[in-house]
Amino acid sequence: MTNYTPSEMMIVAAARALAGVRTVFVGVGLPNSACNLARRTVAPDLELIYESGVYGARPARLPLSIGDPTLISGATSVCSMADLFGLYLQAGRVEVAFLGGAQIDRFGNLNTTVIGDWAQPKVRLPGSGGACEIAINAQQIFVIMRLKRRAFVEQLDFVTSPGHLGGRDERTTLRLPGGGPHLVVTDKCIFRFDQTTAGQRYPAGKRRSADKRHLGEMTLHSLHPGVELAEVQEEVGWELKISPNLRETEPLTDSELSLLRKELDPQGIYRK
Amino acid sequence: MTDKLMNMHDAIAAHVHDGDAVAIEGFTACICFAAAHEIMRQGRRDLTLCRMTPDLIYDQMIAAECARKMIFSYLGNPGVGSLHCVRRAVEKGVPCSIELEEYSHFGMVGRYLSGAYNLPFFPLRSYTGSDLPKVNPRIRFAESPYGDESIAVVPPLNPDVAVIHAQRADQEGNTHLWGLLGVQKEAAFASERVIVVVEEVVEEAVIRSDPNRTIIPGLVVDAVVCEPYGTHPSYVQGYHDRDNEFYLRWDKISRDEAATQAWLDEWVYGVQSRTEYVEKMGPKTWERLAPGEALAGPVNYGAYQ
Repeated sequence: MTNYTPSEMMIVAAARALAGVRTVFVGVGLPNSACNLARRTVAPDLELIYESGVYGARPARLPLSIGDPTLISGATSVCSMADLFGLYLQAGRVEVAFLGGAQIDRFGNLNTTVIGDWAQPKVRLPGSGGACEIAINAQQIFVIMRLKRRAFVEQLDFVTSPGHLGGRDERTTLRLPGGGPHLVVTDKCIFRFDQTTAGQRYPAGKRRSADKRHLGEMTLHSLHPGVELAEVQEEVGWELKISPNLRETEPLTDSELSLLRKELDPQGIYRK
Repeated sequence: MTDKLMNMHDAIAAHVHDGDAVAIEGFTACICFAAAHEIMRQGRRDLTLCRMTPDLIYDQMIAAECARKMIFSYLGNPGVGSLHCVRRAVEKGVPCSIELEEYSHFGMVGRYLSGAYNLPFFPLRSYTGSDLPKVNPRIRFAESPYGDESIAVVPPLNPDVAVIHAQRADQEGNTHLWGLLGVQKEAAFASERVIVVVEEVVEEAVIRSDPNRTIIPGLVVDAVVCEPYGTHPSYVQGYHDRDNEFYLRWDKISRDEAATQAWLDEWVYGVQSRTEYVEKMGPKTWERLAPGEALAGPVNYGAYQ
């Protein structure tokens, strides 16, 4: 296998996870590349939905924002944002939505609002955009984020978008319609969210008995080729839960890389 | 038919006053920088700026100290990164501090929609489990009168004035808009006064030939301004592309307060009108941003005589 960048690994891993999906809520950057790659490989019927009001985009060039005019020309439908958020998202027609953030916690809650106090911020971040209602209404959330200790934190400075809140039951209790975070793709590994009670904590000696509090917790599912477990734990701000079936992420194939490099992002804007 | 054609200077002078709540809408597309720059040139103060995505347009207006408050849902340079002028104001109070009233996108849509529909609030499935209601007491939860469920609600937003940029309108303000529709229709119907800015003023017959495309009727429009390229560096579907190079350049300029003020001096205060700005940008910019052609299939409305 030829060399590839961490971004390429993230794009491909996210694309593969879209196998068989029909409707995806896309963000600009890595998610956009992942969705377009998925449409060309594992999800030929994938319809790309953008919060700007586009359903069924067929971008002829790499879009540089979620409102890029290339998303409009040739799309299936373009509608008002009231229709997009009401008729598509809130009505439950989005199967998978991509989100990211400056901070994520072990239950997949996301912060895109502020570092520090909201009223007196250390760093003012962009805020929710559509993320809060996307996190609540999409059937599944896929997160793409680089693995960094300052991002994978024990305690968020601000909850912009609810994940599994304090554990899986809480979403059900609060009657959030969507299923919440399902997958986190990073540059070093892939996490899934524990829905059983299986799994063990790192290090192995500190295994805890299963209890409901840990349902819906982020669980290490696979390590990208060449990545050590300790490297991952190093970048996570809590005691990491590890799948008993921890594996290596499937290496990138030549055809995936070639599609990405030659057709989807020839200038390498999001691959670096 | 009432002729509402005005130049930008007169439209802003007549309809935008100190202390107004102003919504210059348009989601990535059709953002009327020409109106913002004229508001800055006329030195408006204490505005409440309403917009889902403040974008570069409110970044510049905040640097120009036009605003007291901002009502919004996403504070980013789309596809690029931060809005540095907004961040300086919020984090350091430079050049002045600004009050924030923060929502999510659907919350802002709901605010305009309930404002336009003359409803007391808009219910939406959002905010549960989020900290946003903790920092914005106007986001509340109500019990459904039809069941045992609690639902988030947001209050109506009725700006004093909305500025909507579109492809074309007739002189009465019947406006054709295509491409991204954003929340422009809702913002226009919600606002006390509406300024429509267009690439082209067309005959009434052109509007009547395609009534489904009339997103905003002249009924709610107070002024029509013809200002080609008035949305640069944003775009108008089918007329010109987004100037992504400028969005990247602004990321650099806006990181520095002095560089920001120098840019405003040159491109806002240093020109008298959008026409001068367009000339100053030069023909190469407009050639670079010219799109190819992708025509819609013809539509037969039928002649029923």
